[in-house]
Amino acid sequence: MSLLSTLARLEAVRSGRAEPLATVRHRHLSERPMVLVPLATAAEDGAPLAVLLGTDREAPRLHLVPQPLNRELRTEFLAAFADDLLPYLESFAEAVELIEGSEKDPVTGEKTPVTRELCADAPQLLVPNAGAVRHLALIGRATRFRRTAADPDPGPHPAPARVPLLGRWLTHLTERAQVPGSSMLLPMTGLLARHWATGQSLLEDQHLAAQLAWHHPPAGLTGAQAAELAETARDEQGQLLHPPAGPATDPRFDEKLLAPAIARFDAALTARRGGPGTGAPGTVEACVEQLRALLLGVLLPTWSDVWSGLELLRALPPAAHLPERWEGDRWSYTGHRDRLAAGEPPQPRLDDAVTAARKLAQREREQARLDVQEALDDPLAMAERRLAGEAFAAEVVEVVLDHDTSGRTPRPRPLLVLRTADRPHAEVGREVHRIGAPSAQKGRIAAVEAEQGLVTVRLLSGMGRRRDPEPGTLPEPGERVLFALFELTPRQSAPLPEPDDTPWTHGGPPSAVRNSTAVAEEWA
Amino acid sequence: MTSTVSSVDTTAATDPGAAADAAVAAILDATVRPAPGAPRGVVVDSPPGAGKSTLVVRAAQELVGAGERLMIVAQTNSQVDDLVDRLASKAPELTIGRLHAADTPPTAEAVRHPNVTASAKPGDLLALDAVISTAAKWQWVRDVEPWRHAIVDEAYQMRSDALLAVARLFERALFVGDPGQLDPFTVVGTEQWSGLSHDPSSSAVVTLLAHNPAIRPHRLPVSWRLPASAAPLVSEAFYPYTPFHAGTGPGDRLLLPGGRADGSAVDAAIDEAAEYGWALLELPARYTVRTDPQAVAAVAATVRRLLDRGVLAVSEQGRRPLTAERIAVGTAHRDQAAAVRAALLELGVPVDATTGPAVAVDTANRLQGREYDVTVVLHPLSGRHDATAFHLETGRLCVLASRHRHACIVVARAGIAELLDEHPATDPVQLGSAVRIPQGWEERIGGEVIPLLERVGAQFPDGWEANHRVLAELAEHRVRL
Repeated sequence: MSLLSTLARLEAVRSGRAEPLATVRHRHLSERPMVLVPLATAAEDGAPLAVLLGTDREAPRLHLVPQPLNRELRTEFLAAFADDLLPYLESFAEAVELIEGSEKDPVTGEKTPVTRELCADAPQLLVPNAGAVRHLALIGRATRFRRTAADPDPGPHPAPARVPLLGRWLTHLTERAQVPGSSMLLPMTGLLARHWATGQSLLEDQHLAAQLAWHHPPAGLTGAQAAELAETARDEQGQLLHPPAGPATDPRFDEKLLAPAIARFDAALTARRGGPGTGAPGTVEACVEQLRALLLGVLLPTWSDVWSGLELLRALPPAAHLPERWEGDRWSYTGHRDRLAAGEPPQPRLDDAVTAARKLAQREREQARLDVQEALDDPLAMAERRLAGEAFAAEVVEVVLDHDTSGRTPRPRPLLVLRTADRPHAEVGREVHRIGAPSAQKGRIAAVEAEQGLVTVRLLSGMGRRRDPEPGTLPEPGERVLFALFELTPRQSAPLPEPDDTPWTHGGPPSAVRNSTAVAEEWA
Repeated sequence: MTSTVSSVDTTAATDPGAAADAAVAAILDATVRPAPGAPRGVVVDSPPGAGKSTLVVRAAQELVGAGERLMIVAQTNSQVDDLVDRLASKAPELTIGRLHAADTPPTAEAVRHPNVTASAKPGDLLALDAVISTAAKWQWVRDVEPWRHAIVDEAYQMRSDALLAVARLFERALFVGDPGQLDPFTVVGTEQWSGLSHDPSSSAVVTLLAHNPAIRPHRLPVSWRLPASAAPLVSEAFYPYTPFHAGTGPGDRLLLPGGRADGSAVDAAIDEAAEYGWALLELPARYTVRTDPQAVAAVAATVRRLLDRGVLAVSEQGRRPLTAERIAVGTAHRDQAAAVRAALLELGVPVDATTGPAVAVDTANRLQGREYDVTVVLHPLSGRHDATAFHLETGRLCVLASRHRHACIVVARAGIAELLDEHPATDPVQLGSAVRIPQGWEERIGGEVIPLLERVGAQFPDGWEANHRVLAELAEHRVRL
């Protein structure tokens, strides 16, 4: 935790309310997000129990598995879930913009112009917490390899046609959610924690209702008291007034309400199977209705919590770099759309060495880009970097024109004498980058007088191609400037071999090791 | 085919020099004259101060002597510059290329030799005997004929994905590194791949060994740096796969404090360390900020007294007074190092090496690979109320506890053992991780446990246990402040 966010937490403890950590909103919010609250069964990791979803706060739709251990009912649930979610995901595939680019011919090396499609917008799923993201990933892994009736070898239990497709989309979205700064699938607890500090621990912030309680505690209560109520208050039956946001349910709810309702459903089903005339007609349906009411009861508080969180976030002005990062999400969406259209197989169970290394490189690159862009977009984020000595704000004291005469033509290498109240980790020779220069401008620290707060920077670039700096490229004495000791554009990642060229150090091409035991994974 | 030094029984070797020579000869043999069908990689596990650098120089000389050209991969620019400097001085007959990035020129020490050519373009250096660069730079080299031989230095600090990107450049390679040092790391989540044999964020050697089971790591069995008082502890706590011995005997290294002890705890700790090689200067238990002012003051006072008392260091290299540049202070965090530096300056102890002989004050990361006569260590867990994975990382403690030739004085708050007991490792178990069971463990813990350890991906050495081991040793040499 950085110094500033620790301070904000302490302030939140004192004020009893959430304190801002950002002046702008650092994640893209869609006009039409899909809110999705999943519940899992306590019996089996990743086994779905229910999901409440929709794009309209007033009209959530509930799907459930009346008997979570029954594979057929689970498949029916997955089919209904797929039919509900997929139209939303696919609705962004049609509207595209055309991007002009060029492609290098791998043989001749010649560049040929190409036009590529980029979807104009992409879907956005909002879930209550990180546990929900993991749960969706598990559903994706369990369904994307399911065979359907359309398969040449459908097997004894073919799944409905759209179930594997659901699995592929969920896998794509949960993978993309691992990329720092991406916004296609976001947990509300994480979104709120990025923008506000509460006076409780990061672990306690995982409880959406408790975190929200710090934002609008009821009259007369502090945030801490309201959060404790949200976590622990129970009614006279011993049920939580504010059930957890899932995907796990409260054990006491499982024991006292859910398990008996499922047992009644089982009994009604057994009675119906007993033969014609046994069991009252409509009992099974009534039991399902009871379960619906029960689950809706525990899901609706979280449903409205996610929407309240969304309202809080929408009140923040968007950060300047959001469209750029959202374009990355759009490319990701477009790419997945194209892979599906091309009939490519589902994502493999495990990444091969090259794919894993590529993903890691992408995530590290995006993390670096996110850190830089957040600092550029938000003075509070920049303040953290300044406090850490990684950037400094200064006033220009003097500008000394100087030239590098070692080459054929003299190049401008002016010295800026800067006075700063910050304490940057400024060592002589260290590279610095000016923020807010007309074009990218790099310099090197030439001298430091820490006691006087003086830093001298020799500018090396961003001053035009002539002997003297272009007008406007140099700051004037008295001007406020901002320098970063980190690079403002992330470094390109080095090229990796194609998977088929995986070297001997990493076991050779993946096709050769496909049969090794490490890759075998069994599914119930 | 897998005739490695592992078969040489070093416990029986009475002459450490002979054991080390035998190990080096076997490694050079496997590298320069591989048997037909031998694995393409040779891995050498080298404990602290076991002659890794000398081995790299000799391997380069022998390979070039056999008519080969080779590429050498190190991990940081300063490592590359050090290696170029050393190689150029020790092997003036070699022509050496220093490949560097356009915006990071090599240091003056590296390019002062007539046999060194520096360039940012690989094409300029291809004809030279040995070309040296960082893994990061090698990844960008393309359109060259692969080298037949490569040496990868500090291979345990190299990440698996970096090896993936450079492995196309060579046919065979010698991987040399210290398995006890700090592991490579990343700032993003990698849980998705933990347990995979090719987890891109793991160490290059771990991946290499998982995919090439025929490679049996060699080891350098003798630490020439660590004194007889330190080698057994460091070996047992941090090097379960590669046990090693001290190159010197119990009486070979002496630390003789001059002057009379002033009766203070600091002097008592110095006397304890001089006698036994270890001392624990213990402050009363207390939760403190990271830059605990009292602990920092104790560290500074210890260094001041070490210099004031006119300590004489006697070793196989002769007798010399303990001077500032032979002392290091190790900390876990940069702000702690800064606080110690400030405290030392106030006591008039020089800490800036650019202005003359000075005490080195730095974090474990930066002290890796360096050597001093006496180290003063601020214990990573001192005064903390929790034990995070960062503070428990074995590499951190290992680096701090293995920089010294004579003695190590640890400064800490009381209560670390209790802290450890309250914070057992809670990381989720990753099924199927690559596991190496240390030699001799089967007998020690019973064969039936081994498959279980393999299944749950047990990690050796375990940070929690290693910390307890070191504490238990230090408790024997406790001086209360």
